[in-house]
Amino acid sequence: MKMTSWKDKREFWISGAKIADPEAGKIRAGSVLIQKGMIAGIVWQKSPETELPVFDAEGLVLAPGFIDIHTHLREPGFEDKETIESGTAAAIAGGYTSILCMANTDPVIDDPSVVEYITKRAEDDGHCRVYVTGAVTKGLEGREITEFFHLKRSGAVALSDDGKYIADSKVLRTALEYARVLGMPVISHCEDPYLTSDSQMNESFVSTRLGLKGAHTASEEIAIARDIKLAELTGAHLHIAHISTAGAVDLVKKAKKKGIDITAEVTPHHLTLDETMLESYDRNLKVNPPLRSAADISALKAALRDGTVDCVATDHAPHNEIDKQVEFNYSPPGMLGLQTAFPQLNTELVKNGDIELIDLIRLLTSSPASVMGLPGGKMKQGEPADFVLIDPDEEWVFEKRMIKSRSYNSPLIGKKFKGRVKGVFLEGKYLEDVS
Amino acid sequence: MQFNRKDLLGLEDLTSEQIKLILDTADNFKEVLGRKIKKVPALRGVTIANVFYEPSTRTRMSFELAEKRLSADIINFSKATSSVKKGETLRDTLENIKAMKVDIVVMRHGSSGAHKFASEFLDVSIVNAGDGQHAHPTQALLDMMTLRERWGTLNGKKVTIIGDIMHSRVARSNIWGLTKMGAKVTVCGPPTMMPVDIEKLGEGGVKLEYDLEKAVSEADAINILRIQLERQSTRLFPSSREYFEVFGVTSDVISLAPKGCIVMHPGPMNRGVEIAQEVADSEQAVILPQVTNGVAVRMAVLFLIAGGKVDDTELNEN
Ligand SMILES: [Zn+2]
Repeated sequence: MKMTSWKDKREFWISGAKIADPEAGKIRAGSVLIQKGMIAGIVWQKSPETELPVFDAEGLVLAPGFIDIHTHLREPGFEDKETIESGTAAAIAGGYTSILCMANTDPVIDDPSVVEYITKRAEDDGHCRVYVTGAVTKGLEGREITEFFHLKRSGAVALSDDGKYIADSKVLRTALEYARVLGMPVISHCEDPYLTSDSQMNESFVSTRLGLKGAHTASEEIAIARDIKLAELTGAHLHIAHISTAGAVDLVKKAKKKGIDITAEVTPHHLTLDETMLESYDRNLKVNPPLRSAADISALKAALRDGTVDCVATDHAPHNEIDKQVEFNYSPPGMLGLQTAFPQLNTELVKNGDIELIDLIRLLTSSPASVMGLPGGKMKQGEPADFVLIDPDEEWVFEKRMIKSRSYNSPLIGKKFKGRVKGVFLEGKYLEDVS
Repeated sequence: MQFNRKDLLGLEDLTSEQIKLILDTADNFKEVLGRKIKKVPALRGVTIANVFYEPSTRTRMSFELAEKRLSADIINFSKATSSVKKGETLRDTLENIKAMKVDIVVMRHGSSGAHKFASEFLDVSIVNAGDGQHAHPTQALLDMMTLRERWGTLNGKKVTIIGDIMHSRVARSNIWGLTKMGAKVTVCGPPTMMPVDIEKLGEGGVKLEYDLEKAVSEADAINILRIQLERQSTRLFPSSREYFEVFGVTSDVISLAPKGCIVMHPGPMNRGVEIAQEVADSEQAVILPQVTNGVAVRMAVLFLIAGGKVDDTELNEN
């Protein structure tokens, strides 16, 4: 990701597009002036009078580049599944210009040296901006907290043991107290491990029929309830990763009402795929938390509309074919997400009238940015010129050959989508042929 | 009527006519088993692979015997699940079997859905000999055959299944099979061993009863499941002694059932845990006839899967 060469040179307009301004909640005709990789100005007319070069985006929607606050890049340690190079290529293809990677690598990101390693690798080989999450506890073991001050100084922007719940309440309390002083959000993977051990899917009549061990929604809700209590106690910013149940939505809603500093994300798959699809025993549908019921899905959609859930995050979790082509019980949980998030949500939520296109854009841009305190995500002068160009109506089929990730664990291969990412600008530089 | 199915993965997707066809065919084969020369050429030239990822002496012997009685050629593969952590081994095994050009794969596997997984690699017929906690269709068929022999019909009869329903593929397949054939099913056992919404399982659902006395009070037959004693270590029940006192089927329990109530058990039994010694050995118990019928049912399934028609002349040409 060598961006500096553009900074001094480029000065141009993007015109002809409809400009999506997530903060204003509007999509309207306009033109954007780019200087030195930044947004230098926006005029609300289709074609500006100018001598400068003009990038013609006629017929498309220009939105801030998407921001994913929950990506598993797998490097270091699992480069056979994904690398920083391949993961960021998938991000760009999905319209994401910034991602926040999770700490469950090998070695775990529990030491400043690993943060620095990833940052350096992203600068050398990455295709988009990469922000780093540090581990809350050493080795993700849930016992001793990591050196938060050092992690922050080396560039980590958030803290999480994602993949594992910090079951020891004292450890989480300590972590939240420490993180509060640093202003770092703590991202929690909420799952009572005693209730979910060996579980393969959501616990329900479907799991009864399929003979697969279920994880009850209560296991997620119990974990969230405790975390909320500790967030209240410490005043720290608690972020709930991949919320998936109706009961969890209620808990977050009440906590927000009480003024507790809590945010939550939901994944595209928890919004669009339900547990009954597991009748196929398709391992690509095995995720953690598991796909839930239709009732949970409608609660999650309502939570997007009323603001209880702040943003969408992919939980992009690549696993290679050797790991996935096994019996359901042995398959690791996780599916790809970066390349399908926008088209899937546009197809299932926007086109079905659950939310407006501008709301979806906000949930993928300014909302995640503000949850994690990241730059970008806004259509405003002085912001980085990171954009995605969208055709919200184009119909296309997602094919395996289009996958930029090193893994192919997507249940959406072969799926027909409405809405496509047509191009991406990163710091004012147009990236050709993204999809 | 022809069976017209490539695989037997479970009873959930069979029609009552198809189940009846299997049971009728099994009745015919049972007659063969009673002969002096217990062999027919029905599957001559057909090669069957028995692939057992879970140890099961009984089911395996039963299938193997059924295959031999039908004159099929047999290859065997077995591997303990514990030593197979990754399924590429399963995939590799299946690819190998495929390369050997077998016609039917009989598989037992500890993971639910393993047969669906296998069908991604194999275009040959697959017969489910038990997958995880999901299905064990031939066991349910032999149970139904045994009951039908006594009653002539399953329609309107009441069957109570007792024990660990949650972890039992036998219970799930029995529920599907029996309810499709018009029987009424009651399940009974500790609440920790009942899966969510079990009442909704089967065609028209089942009755859930925690009180053993009530559960057997109207039963024409009771099917007692084996309790996995290692479940005690996962604290699903406090002790096998207490289990026997509360859910164990004793002659006192049997005396509460209507006269002539049939007692079944898929074996192997834990005498003194789920079933009392005197019940296991009682006249009402049909545990050994179940074993005999197991061979006949498996002959019927393999014969029909291989494309056979019920044809007495073929059965008779020896
Ligand atoms: Zn997680």
